[in-house]
Amino acid sequence: MSAIEEYGTVVGPAAIEELFLLARHLRGTVVQNINSTAVGGGVAEILSRIVPLLKQLGVDASWDVIKGDERFFVITKKFHNALHGVPVDISSGELDLFVEVNRRNAAEMHFADIVFVHDPQPIALVTERPARGRHWIWRCHIDFSQPERRIWQFLEQYVRQYDAAVFSAPAFGRALPIRQVLISPSIDPLSDKNRDLSDREVDEVFERFGIDRSRPVVTQVSRFDFLKDPIGVIKAFRIARRRVDCQLVLAGGGATDDPEGPALMQQVREEAEKDTDIHVIFLPPSSDIEINALQRGSTVVLQKSLREGFGLTVAEALWKSRPVIAGAVGGIHLQIAHKYSGILTHSIEGTAQWIKHLINEPEYARRLGENGREHIKNNFLITRHIKDYLLLFLSMAHRGEVTYLE
Amino acid sequence: MSTFQFMTKSDLTLLLGRKAKNATELHAGLREVPAMSVYFHTHRFLQQHHYLSPEPPNDFAYWVTNVLNDDILGERLASIDIMQFTSIEEIRQRFLSLLEGYLQAAERKIDCPRGEEFHFMSCQTFAFPTPYVATTLREFRDILEKVSINTIYYHMFDARMRPELGNNDFSIWIRDSGYPELATAIQALDPYSHTLEGLRKAVTRLIEDYVSD
Repeated sequence: MSAIEEYGTVVGPAAIEELFLLARHLRGTVVQNINSTAVGGGVAEILSRIVPLLKQLGVDASWDVIKGDERFFVITKKFHNALHGVPVDISSGELDLFVEVNRRNAAEMHFADIVFVHDPQPIALVTERPARGRHWIWRCHIDFSQPERRIWQFLEQYVRQYDAAVFSAPAFGRALPIRQVLISPSIDPLSDKNRDLSDREVDEVFERFGIDRSRPVVTQVSRFDFLKDPIGVIKAFRIARRRVDCQLVLAGGGATDDPEGPALMQQVREEAEKDTDIHVIFLPPSSDIEINALQRGSTVVLQKSLREGFGLTVAEALWKSRPVIAGAVGGIHLQIAHKYSGILTHSIEGTAQWIKHLINEPEYARRLGENGREHIKNNFLITRHIKDYLLLFLSMAHRGEVTYLE
Repeated sequence: MSTFQFMTKSDLTLLLGRKAKNATELHAGLREVPAMSVYFHTHRFLQQHHYLSPEPPNDFAYWVTNVLNDDILGERLASIDIMQFTSIEEIRQRFLSLLEGYLQAAERKIDCPRGEEFHFMSCQTFAFPTPYVATTLREFRDILEKVSINTIYYHMFDARMRPELGNNDFSIWIRDSGYPELATAIQALDPYSHTLEGLRKAVTRLIEDYVSD
């Protein structure tokens, strides 16, 4: 875990100084994070980084995890899918159990000045609000653009009891009577996935996977999931390769909860076996250095998603100054200003066209990558995420359009 | 000589839960959203993309050009000279009248693809003092070189929109400190056509002549 001051080498000491100045105004306020798992998953990962950094800034931050049995987590997994727009079958008995588990947890917990609840699993703790806790905030980390109606209606009754709801992308905002805040996810520039690597480290990874660095490399790092469109990526690559020499790397893990996953992986494998220029790399979860090297050593990075919550792999590649071509969906719009800091496309043909263009125009590709890195540096690093959280906590006590802090 | 307290600012982004899928809905939304939303959409790119040259324009122009693919309307919206206005309501009226003219004359009205709607947002601004205070022009220049771009933004952009000022904070203090020509020269800079780092350099360069004299 890096010290907060170390981030000054990346974002400048003035940015870190501003974090300390803001945090000073939260002295005496206890902020309690609550989620449903201490390890595994994106929420636990970000909390494990942000909570210690908040403490270093002088914020009295804590992190509690609710308890639930297997049945509870089967129900919350159904919620998760339903909020992604997947039709699910949830009985009223299951909804009752969900509420009961939340009630039992609430009875055992002590609530702080600001209760910061993450994702749907602990959402119903807020029913204890009249008795305890001054300010309640609900943080939704998942894609919320087309939630299944019945589940949203069930959850909405709880969301409305919070002081504010926090979403990761503008499209997730809804007509709600409470304040809605946009806080995008972030990447950690000092983590293994994003820190600087030497040329030797990058070469070593490319050699290990048998990829020729002397020829252009087009890479997509993503789960093998229909929504990441790996077959579309292969088609775009093949169209582009008719005009420019290049290789394709498809790297990532499988989606264990996706019933279509195995069939898709098989299809990708078969396509790759027919073509020595296509490298399919199945990566285990602890492959941060490999992902870092593959992104860093690529000529062009793709994220040809058909649907996307936020798509942090775009931020990761841009941070490495790579030119990125990505699907114009979800939170990717926030990360790429088309033709300024990357390329947004809507089709296989459009993606192929831009692959050719960026390989043939390395100077333009370099400029896109440099602009992209600056954009990520200013807007999607963990220091910005922490600043947004500090402002969010401060906004609980200050509601005017402009607040002057002494 | 009075002192100059360097301030800084940070914005919390708010979602208004309102969206537009074409120019008609953009006009309707723009008419009704709070003034802070108009401020946010006409100034956000300056902060988020301040390193780019040329800078992308305001959010409305970017969306119309890149999502609705209406280059003519997009160019008109991008060409609005925000520098000429000293209040958000004036800016809102200029955008509204341009959109009204377009909607009356437009032969076809295009809807954006699903999922690429314009989402109206707003912000809550927190302004707070930095530890830096200048008592002389030389100190002012030295501090200006090290403060964050948020400080530059606060004193050069936000200050102009405060109704009682209509000018940037730097020029006001420098004029009151006995350098009216320097104050006028800084006031004449068009902050909307510089990147924030470019603006820092431009102001520093202007001061340099007076400090070395």
